[in-house]
Amino acid sequence: MSANEPVDSQLPTIAQESPNREPGQDGTEVDPGRSRWSVAIREILNGSAMISVLAVILAIVIGGILIAVTDDTVQETAGYFFSRPGDMFSAIWNSVSGAYISLFQGSIYNFRRPGFANGIRPLMDTLTFATPLIVAGLGVALGFRAGLFNIGGRGQMLFGASAAGWVAFSFSGLPFPIHLIVAIVAGVAAGAVWGGIAGLLKATTGANEVITTIMLNYVAYYFVYWMLSTQGLLQLPGSNNPKSPAMLPSAVLPPMFGVQYSLHWGFIVAIAVTIFVWWLLNRSRLGFEFKAVGFNPNAARVAGINVPRMMTYVMLFSGALVGLAGVFQVLGTVTTGFSSGIDAGIGFDAITVALLGRSRPWGVFAAAILFGAFKAGGFAMQASQGIPVDIVLVVQSVIVLLIAAPPLVRAVFRLPKPNLLAPVKSAKSQGKKAVVTK
Amino acid sequence: MKLELKGITKRFGALVANDHISLVVEPGEIHCLLGENGAGKSTLMNVLYGLYQADEGEILLDDVVQNFHGPGDAMAAGIGMVHQHFMLIPVFTVAENVMLGHEPTSFGGRLNMAKAREQVREISKRFGFDLDPDAIVGDLPVGVQQRVEIIKALSRDAKVLVFDEPTAVLTPQETDELMVIMKQLREAGTSIVFITHKLREVREVADTITVIRLGKVVGEASPTASNEELASMMVGRAIELTIEKGKAKLGEPALVVNKLSVIDPIGQLVVNNISFDVKEGEIVAIAGVQGNGQTELVEAIMGLQPKVTGEIALGGKSLVGRSVREVLDAGVGFVPEDRNEDGLVSEFTIAENLMLDRSTGEPFVKYGGLQLAVLADFAEEKLTEFDIRAQGIATHAGNLSGGNQQKVVLARELSRHLSLLVAAQPTRGLDVGSVEFVHTRIVEARDSGVPVLVVSTELDEVVALADRIAVMYRGGIVGIVPGDTPRDVLGLMMAGEMPTGGKAA
Repeated sequence: MSANEPVDSQLPTIAQESPNREPGQDGTEVDPGRSRWSVAIREILNGSAMISVLAVILAIVIGGILIAVTDDTVQETAGYFFSRPGDMFSAIWNSVSGAYISLFQGSIYNFRRPGFANGIRPLMDTLTFATPLIVAGLGVALGFRAGLFNIGGRGQMLFGASAAGWVAFSFSGLPFPIHLIVAIVAGVAAGAVWGGIAGLLKATTGANEVITTIMLNYVAYYFVYWMLSTQGLLQLPGSNNPKSPAMLPSAVLPPMFGVQYSLHWGFIVAIAVTIFVWWLLNRSRLGFEFKAVGFNPNAARVAGINVPRMMTYVMLFSGALVGLAGVFQVLGTVTTGFSSGIDAGIGFDAITVALLGRSRPWGVFAAAILFGAFKAGGFAMQASQGIPVDIVLVVQSVIVLLIAAPPLVRAVFRLPKPNLLAPVKSAKSQGKKAVVTK
Repeated sequence: MKLELKGITKRFGALVANDHISLVVEPGEIHCLLGENGAGKSTLMNVLYGLYQADEGEILLDDVVQNFHGPGDAMAAGIGMVHQHFMLIPVFTVAENVMLGHEPTSFGGRLNMAKAREQVREISKRFGFDLDPDAIVGDLPVGVQQRVEIIKALSRDAKVLVFDEPTAVLTPQETDELMVIMKQLREAGTSIVFITHKLREVREVADTITVIRLGKVVGEASPTASNEELASMMVGRAIELTIEKGKAKLGEPALVVNKLSVIDPIGQLVVNNISFDVKEGEIVAIAGVQGNGQTELVEAIMGLQPKVTGEIALGGKSLVGRSVREVLDAGVGFVPEDRNEDGLVSEFTIAENLMLDRSTGEPFVKYGGLQLAVLADFAEEKLTEFDIRAQGIATHAGNLSGGNQQKVVLARELSRHLSLLVAAQPTRGLDVGSVEFVHTRIVEARDSGVPVLVVSTELDEVVALADRIAVMYRGGIVGIVPGDTPRDVLGLMMAGEMPTGGKAA
């Protein structure tokens, strides 16, 4: 590579870090036969990490505007803006900075509390909230990478939680680590089965997994609700409420840094799972075949890969990971017994997390921690500043919106279009070729 | 209408795709733009069509300078384009597709379908197309779909028609018919810009030929120039159009196909009771017009067709009812017809594509994990061996030119231990240099004793490669003839007639 080709020397790194290939822009046609879903998924996933980061920043700015606009003092000072504009600016500053400072204090470190042990508690809360999001996000991301849209997180979590919970409160007599492991395995297996059903339906009948997973969510919800309200199944004996008994201590995920923090060993499991999924996707045969099926099922089939079987496997894995999130909920977060709301919307947040993390395992990990922080900090913001927690939800939703529309983010920050890379690159190689041909 | 391009220059970053290109297309003239893939033909036409803005230069129509900001402007000015990949909506009818974008409406904004149908009929009649305005476009053969594209352009009163590699997707017959249509259009006064890299077509219809290489006009040629002259202008060096191959050293029959029939998913008999064999060290070419069962025959061999009766045996072992995996494991190398769709994962890197059908075990997979170091070494080696022009092994396959993509597929398939090579349309859409390369590799495979089955709709290719030729027509084999059979005999056979005196081989 000669020195007079500066663009050239940078290209490989850019290409590796962010395969910014939007379909149809470099000679390969978007083929009409492939489903719109997979094209859409790919467009979203191929956005660069930069887009994710900028989307978060932009969303926080928009959140700030909302906070300012809804703040009473700001509204009041706006009334006499032209006589004393400074009042309004300081009011805006106070409300927005106050909100984000309390968000920070509620999610990372609280300087107002005495001592490090107390100050760091918000970070522990953040990681606790993030733990199920990490594994569920990884599950959804795995599906994305194989071209499957797993919206069935709720159902898979409910089944995972129910199976793990049932083992955890009814298998008395098992010693501590074994009881816990059995409960985790049961939950993971239940999630895998529930995800696998959608995969099997897709593989054998071609049923769209978007529809089947949504429907399976309802089936799971009402089935689990029925089990929770039926004596002898999951219901607390002698109770009328649709709620399970408390988990036995031998099946509970122990706290990581003592009982004063909520963080439990599930977080370590989540880190291990992230490493595993990274290995699966980037270093394993199965992951290679998953990705081949996701990118181009036709070529995968011609290359001897059993596409229907891969789809079933993907949904099994995806469901297992999401099921593990359900396990973390019952054995880590809420160990006093669960109701049919135990999924806490994580099954859906997982989709957002997977998108924000661009379905890369460590991206998902980071995104889940961010969302954990939003969750932990949102409550603090509401408590200390009186700002509705819904603002945080708005910020989260705006993030998704922006990630789904990379051109919008690019326009706001005046980023160059990524497709400019493609022609230069391919043209480059053609130019080179021509030189050699001569 | 007279079209003139003056000094058109288009740059992409550091690359100059079009470097001061000037050409004049007179009214009622077929002007060929000849050049290798990547020479800058399509860029030039996209500038003309308003899809790109030229950095320098101007476009003149009847000596009036035009300023196109988009295809709409170009269309309004009377420029029509027949794209290589059709811009049609498959679930719409012919009439609906033709009127799309300027729908005739009657009172209250209702679609005036009758008028649209009438327009289709009128234009069809003018050019002798046999086209039903109510046929669903998706059901039509490719050649007929292209006519819909032509009608679409004509219905907007195009005076200059640009055909961007129109024959890439056509069968020889359809190509001939297209040539007739182009001549008719010329008679009617339409100016035609015909982009291609196929020499024979150029010589058949062109009035003027402009050869483009590396974004520059390298010269004009007359249609009487020989193939060799045109080819050497295109690629800048002399090209052998027929590759040298020695006499086949025949071994035992390796692939034996006996009374094979295939029923496709819609229940049609697409391959009808055919029998042939391929010996070790022999190239058998399946010739025939596209859509006569060749695709399904190949799919049947590869285990991609579910309903297969009869026998397919390779080295004495039956391949019928086997999965694709088992067929590949039996040592069958496969170059699929559509490399983008079936041969490569364009989002994967070159290295990943090189192991696409070898993910089941060593050397690339051990204990369920990928052996990336082994793969990288292998890919580097193949990059050199097959002269794949790319930044490196981490380049995505989708960013390669067609020729280099095909080299990746070939490299993958030929680097396994083969007991049979099946190559379907191995050079479709490739430039002259790549065609030569691919052909050489296929002959090398033959010379190493591998039986080779080539399926091609290009007579040139069949004649260049084959030791024996089996001609397919409507799912059956018309006859199996020696490789040196004259083209006219093959042509007749492709039309379903077995010429008298033609001897079977």
